[in-house]
Amino acid sequence: MPRLVIEQYDPLKGQMLQLLDEKGSLSGKHQPMLSDEEALRLYKVMRLCRVMDQKALAMQRQGRMVTYVPTAGQEAASVGAIAALRKEDWVVPAFRETPGQIARGMKLSEVLLWQRGNEQGFSVMPSYRMMPVAVPVGSQTLHAVGISWAMKLRKEPLVAMTFFGDGGTSEGDFHEAMNFAGVFQTPTVFVCQNNQWAISVPRSLQSASKTIAQKALAYGFSGVLVDGNDLFAMHLAAKEAAEKARSGLGPTLIEAFTYRLGAHTTADDPRKYRKEDDVKAWIPRDPLVRLKLYLEKRRLWSEEQERSHHEECDAKVEEAVSEMERTVYEEDAIFMHHFAEMPPHLQEQYEEFRREAR
Amino acid sequence: MAVLNMVQALNQALEQEMARDSDVVVLGEDVGVDGGVFRVTDGLHAKFPNRVFDTPLAESGIVGTAIGMAVHGMRPVAEIQFSGFVFPAMNQLVCHAARLRNRSRGAVHCPMVVRMPSQGGVRALEHHSESVEAYFAHTPGLKVVMPATPYDAKGLLTSAIRDPDPVIFMEPTKLYRSVKEEVPEEQFTVPIGKANIIQEGDDLTVVTWGSYLKEVMDVLTKAEKPSVELIDLRSISPLDTETIISSVKKTGRCLIVQEAPRSFSVSSEISARITERAFLSLKAPVQRLAGYDLIMPMPQGEHLYLVNERRIRTAIEQVMTY
Ligand SMILES: Cc1ncc(C[n+]2csc(CCOP(=O)(O)OP(=O)(O)O)c2C)c(N)n1
Ligand SMILES: [Mg+2]
Repeated sequence: MPRLVIEQYDPLKGQMLQLLDEKGSLSGKHQPMLSDEEALRLYKVMRLCRVMDQKALAMQRQGRMVTYVPTAGQEAASVGAIAALRKEDWVVPAFRETPGQIARGMKLSEVLLWQRGNEQGFSVMPSYRMMPVAVPVGSQTLHAVGISWAMKLRKEPLVAMTFFGDGGTSEGDFHEAMNFAGVFQTPTVFVCQNNQWAISVPRSLQSASKTIAQKALAYGFSGVLVDGNDLFAMHLAAKEAAEKARSGLGPTLIEAFTYRLGAHTTADDPRKYRKEDDVKAWIPRDPLVRLKLYLEKRRLWSEEQERSHHEECDAKVEEAVSEMERTVYEEDAIFMHHFAEMPPHLQEQYEEFRREAR
Repeated sequence: MAVLNMVQALNQALEQEMARDSDVVVLGEDVGVDGGVFRVTDGLHAKFPNRVFDTPLAESGIVGTAIGMAVHGMRPVAEIQFSGFVFPAMNQLVCHAARLRNRSRGAVHCPMVVRMPSQGGVRALEHHSESVEAYFAHTPGLKVVMPATPYDAKGLLTSAIRDPDPVIFMEPTKLYRSVKEEVPEEQFTVPIGKANIIQEGDDLTVVTWGSYLKEVMDVLTKAEKPSVELIDLRSISPLDTETIISSVKKTGRCLIVQEAPRSFSVSSEISARITERAFLSLKAPVQRLAGYDLIMPMPQGEHLYLVNERRIRTAIEQVMTY
């Protein structure tokens, strides 16, 4: 195998893989592994994610959603990495992964359901080979190692990709996952969405390591620091990591260097802990702005098309919202699905519940 | 006297105890600059910058290092952001905090407090609404308390910090801002292990704790009959058996109202103690209105799990007409 691009960037030296700069120009050092058509398609997906994010935030303010987890600014990290996967691969997300769910093909109305507080939103995910969101920080990383370990044992040419935050790297589970992956050489792609914040705690207080990528070295595999707001860089890194894993060469850690442009959740007020100016500095680095400039320069996209795509997204989101709001909460479902077979004591409680419901 | 909500009362308890004792430190996720996601530690970092710590996101780390600090003479108050996220720290709590005193035959002990927002009713996302007191109460060596009023919150937290043993301090999120009352400005303690008789009565003993205290009180204020003796446990472990038993001996009937799932729970233990010690006084079996044995439903289904006025009334009627 020729030397991989991701192996040319030393995390200990803080070297970061970037293909597309903030002005929308390719540096030229590496070529994107995405065709023009694919880049355009992914741009449209990213825009859809942004439109949906804004809509969900507005709805939350109107009391039509419970707590909402915003994703603005992190679209390229999710969409780029997931674009490197096959349909049969598994995705194991954290909780800030609406763009990943959309990129994986989940219906928008399904994506919205759990944020509305309905478990039904989780029930469709295995068909997308994607686990339900994991709220206990860091815990899901081990499942990805288990899934990919099973893939290896079954001699399937597949990988599992797991997402987690910078805060997630502090949990013991993350370190155990990394260690198992290294020891058993599992086909796992770890993607850290380093958005610089874990609620109010800045990245610098989360770990004394200079980069998160370098943590892989201690577990015996490679880690790469990637510009997480650059769709091409994220895709290239994920593609190489996935193909490396598929060919039996073990796990990789990708640190997507990005930024949480919004609040932690709608229950959070970031003015308590971060300056408006810090956020402003990241606006020009918005992954959507950069990709749009690139596409326009190559005459693949125009303001006209942008407008009509935006309208299309609005319509899709409106439709999803009304579908979501039409979805009736299945009351009996709270009793179902605890076991394959309902044990007698629960059966009794269920009957009592039914009687009381009348 | 100032009228405070529970968040303010807890904040005051922490601040005053930190001012009184320089060994008291506060650590946890977002407890510093942000003042905690519920603002319980608001302003403490500004007042005591070297004694309030935003830790890395790691519950086992928070509790494990707090144990070490306690062993070396500090009085750590650790915050777990939600009780649903305490599980990475269970190993440290069960295998170390709870056992240190006994396994060192008293040579080492562990004076620490682990605070955690608990229980449901606030329409929060998954893992933010659980009632997990039984896990801790089942662990020999841990004390478990859950205040249901601002006054008790301040007094119990002060006691917990001064206690020579590890105390799990559970705060019902639903009561954080919904109940206000007069709380003395000066420091005071509410003893751990003592239940509170909220109102005296002759026909029925109702035992509850945490966020359901308010639910039960709302129902009781609307009806004169039966004459209910209402007990707020405040401390789950040690349990104030004495107060419960003497009440049941007087009334002959008992209803336990609990938010946590029914099976193998605190209400199971209370019921067993009553049968063991007041059997001959009972006019009816001990009645339990407890959570179903279900995973706590998400916000849209939460009300189906929680008690309501009708269910409390029905339970009272059942135990009275047995
Ligand atoms: C085990 C656990 N502890 C605490 C929390 C509460 N909590 C939710 S998100 C969060 C911060 C997560 O930060 P990071 O991993 O960087 O992800 P981000 O929110 O930035 O996407 C915390 C502390 C949780 N969900 N799980
Ligand atoms: Mg983060």
